[in-house]
Amino acid sequence: MKAVQMINIVKVYPNGIVANNGVNFEVEVGEIHSLVGENGAGKTTLMKILFGIEQPTQGEIRIFEKPVHISSPHDAIRLGIGMVHQHFMLVPSLTVAENIVLGMEPTKAWGTTIDMDKAVEMVNEVAEKYGLPVPAKEVVLDLPVGIKQRIEILKALIRGAKILILDEPTAVLTPQETEELFVALKNLAKKGMTIIFISHKLNEVKEISDRITVLRDGKTMGTYRVEDVTEEEISRLMVGRDVELVIDRPPAKPGRVVLQVKDLSYYREDGVRVLKGVSFSLRSGEILGVAGVEGNGQRELVEILTGLRFGATGSIVLNGEEVLGLTAYDLRRKKVAHIPEDRIEKGAAVKASIAENLISDRYYKRPFSGKLVLFPKKVIEFAKKAIKMFSIKTDSPLTEVGMLSGGNMQKVVVAREFTSGADLLVADQPTRGIDVGSTEFVRKKIIEVRDSGVAVLLVSADLQEILQLSDRIIVMYKGEIVGYFDKNEGLTEEDLGYYMLGVKRHDPDRVKEAALL
Amino acid sequence: MRRDRIIFETVRTTLTILIALLIGYVILLFATDKANEAFKWFLLGPLSTKRRIVELLNRTTPLIFTGLAVSVVFQAEIFNIGAEGQLFFGAVAATFAALYFPHIKFLQIILVMLFAMAAGGAWAAVPAYMKAKWNASELVSSLMMNYVAFFFGLYLVNYHMRDVNAGALVSYRFPRTAWLPRMLRRYNLHPGILIAIGFALLVWFFLYRTKYGYELRMVGKNKEFARFSGIKVENVVIYSQIISGMIAGLAGAIELMGLYKRFVWQMTPGYGFDGIIVALLARNNPLMVIPAALFISYLRTGSYVMGRMTGIAPEIVVMLQAIMILLITAEAFLAFWKRRMIEKSAMSREE
Repeated sequence: MKAVQMINIVKVYPNGIVANNGVNFEVEVGEIHSLVGENGAGKTTLMKILFGIEQPTQGEIRIFEKPVHISSPHDAIRLGIGMVHQHFMLVPSLTVAENIVLGMEPTKAWGTTIDMDKAVEMVNEVAEKYGLPVPAKEVVLDLPVGIKQRIEILKALIRGAKILILDEPTAVLTPQETEELFVALKNLAKKGMTIIFISHKLNEVKEISDRITVLRDGKTMGTYRVEDVTEEEISRLMVGRDVELVIDRPPAKPGRVVLQVKDLSYYREDGVRVLKGVSFSLRSGEILGVAGVEGNGQRELVEILTGLRFGATGSIVLNGEEVLGLTAYDLRRKKVAHIPEDRIEKGAAVKASIAENLISDRYYKRPFSGKLVLFPKKVIEFAKKAIKMFSIKTDSPLTEVGMLSGGNMQKVVVAREFTSGADLLVADQPTRGIDVGSTEFVRKKIIEVRDSGVAVLLVSADLQEILQLSDRIIVMYKGEIVGYFDKNEGLTEEDLGYYMLGVKRHDPDRVKEAALL
Repeated sequence: MRRDRIIFETVRTTLTILIALLIGYVILLFATDKANEAFKWFLLGPLSTKRRIVELLNRTTPLIFTGLAVSVVFQAEIFNIGAEGQLFFGAVAATFAALYFPHIKFLQIILVMLFAMAAGGAWAAVPAYMKAKWNASELVSSLMMNYVAFFFGLYLVNYHMRDVNAGALVSYRFPRTAWLPRMLRRYNLHPGILIAIGFALLVWFFLYRTKYGYELRMVGKNKEFARFSGIKVENVVIYSQIISGMIAGLAGAIELMGLYKRFVWQMTPGYGFDGIIVALLARNNPLMVIPAALFISYLRTGSYVMGRMTGIAPEIVVMLQAIMILLITAEAFLAFWKRRMIEKSAMSREE
């Protein structure tokens, strides 16, 4: 019996991007089926269609071999489909049980009050049945990510899900939490649950799946039994060529100290102290990697360093000058470049042209403008050069950035920040959500920029990226630096994982070495 | 893609206008049994005599100015809808300058214009500053400022500049040195239209060819991006509104110096609000403001001609404008067609 059949699915987004172009996808009841593909291959879109968040432009869907029309998540849940999103959708101030029963609360006194005891009972019952224990009465806010994910899974199960979609569930987990998740998933499959597992981490896929479907450029490349393919074969199917997994990183030749952060602390608007006395130094010609599970203070650190967040205490010395509290306007003029975490929200104006996006930090100076007037010819000339240098796929520098694919959009951002002549480059998740070709390109460029004498602060949730690029590494956990590695030889993702999770930590004296004092 | 969008917007605007006209015709059918005759006057009236053509052009002038004023702030995604008050206050300032500044040929016209611009700019600066400093909604504060401009302006005119010998509540007559010259001997066609067209070119140049215009547009396209890039967003928020206010203020001065030669308004003339629909029709493009203003002026003039010839209330045109605003701002209108166009072009690129 087939749980899911998606036949010849086509999806065109309103910005003209074709995310799915004739995808066929079939899942048997009771199997763990992985959907793999590079970022931008169309995995998430396909699953959004299955869960009713997006409507397909063309194609047919059958659930348990009956043709269906899924026009909303509500429909999907009714059909027994549950989805655990990459970003959790939980109310942090409510308890675990309240979150799980939200929208289907058991009531007492003729429906006027919520029966909390009943809710807890319901949750415990389901949790026990599927072997996913949770602290039902605790508030969600401070729970670890692994537990939050378990809550999301329970939310789907309690609503009668028979098909469970997990969208890159391991992206936010440490290696240790991932192991636990896998045990739970195998358990669920044994009980007859159908699981669709989305990932681009091949070792995980190999470990957990019964079958694998590979997507590339919005098309199905094939479905395979896991024992019939090797990781290398899958990656070739995903990428269409042999991936160069190793990026050549010659030893760094660090120069003078460019950035010196001392005792940086910050309270967020909600009163949470998200940075606790962070100190480190960064020299020209080296890359300092900042590893950590998302939400451990990295975002705030980056925003403070680039003049987008204010109110921190401590000291930031850039090229020998105190710059704490300066705005982006000042810092840009003091040679700070910034690849932001979110290219659509911050990194680019999607409704402006490529050329307009490329000059946003230098439009006011020569050769792009005089005292008052812009020189459009020079702007276009520069844009054409940048498009060529960074192989941005477009037919004109006047194309709106919103029309480009994610990878090309990121190349526009990167092209601007890499050509700004900066002393300090803060690269925050520089390859998130872009295809493998662009990723490789951006990573190589980061090394190039380093070798030209720029000090690079690399913040990334992608441990592979951190290990590939960094000369030195700090690990952040709950707003503190808990680990410092002054060289990166022999380090593994697992090693970093222990520090990211707060299981291990270096003693304060070793952490102080990050400041190179 | 860019060409597709232009085609799409053109078709959408044309269709919007046709639908509005059709509804107008249906309303006329209810209002009179001579609907065809009335509609003919409405459609062709503005071109029927030389006098009416002059009327059409003179009425276009303030609409170009206010359309430009609104376009500037809208391009920065700032919803300052205070053009009405800025124009009114600019007109009051122009009256003061016309009556009390030295009566020197040419020079006084320039001074009156500059003074009105300063007044309009100052008026717009209030919501602008409140927005930049305290993040006060410019939509609300600029709208409130319209009322303040109106009553404060009326107080100034009626209590300090009123001509008691005139048969109505109007100011003293301007000296001849504050009259815009006539361009035709028999008709009062004043050069305001030329100044307005000149300003449209100037605003275009400002927005698309200067640093400050670039900043303004980037703030409009993505404020966070602008701030991240090192643009001082607060400055843009302030100067875009001041520039807009100056253009609106100038409209007030030109209207009085060109047409009435004295302050005549006891009600707000409505040009500021008409400027919003002009900007909407023109998609905030300064060059497109000229035809858009001409079109709205044509509708207005048509409705007045119709009113004079058939006795039907010219206010019908307000309904047509409302319908057009609704259809143009309704993003979903014809969206299915746009989506099909995008899908087709995307799929053909895939092949």
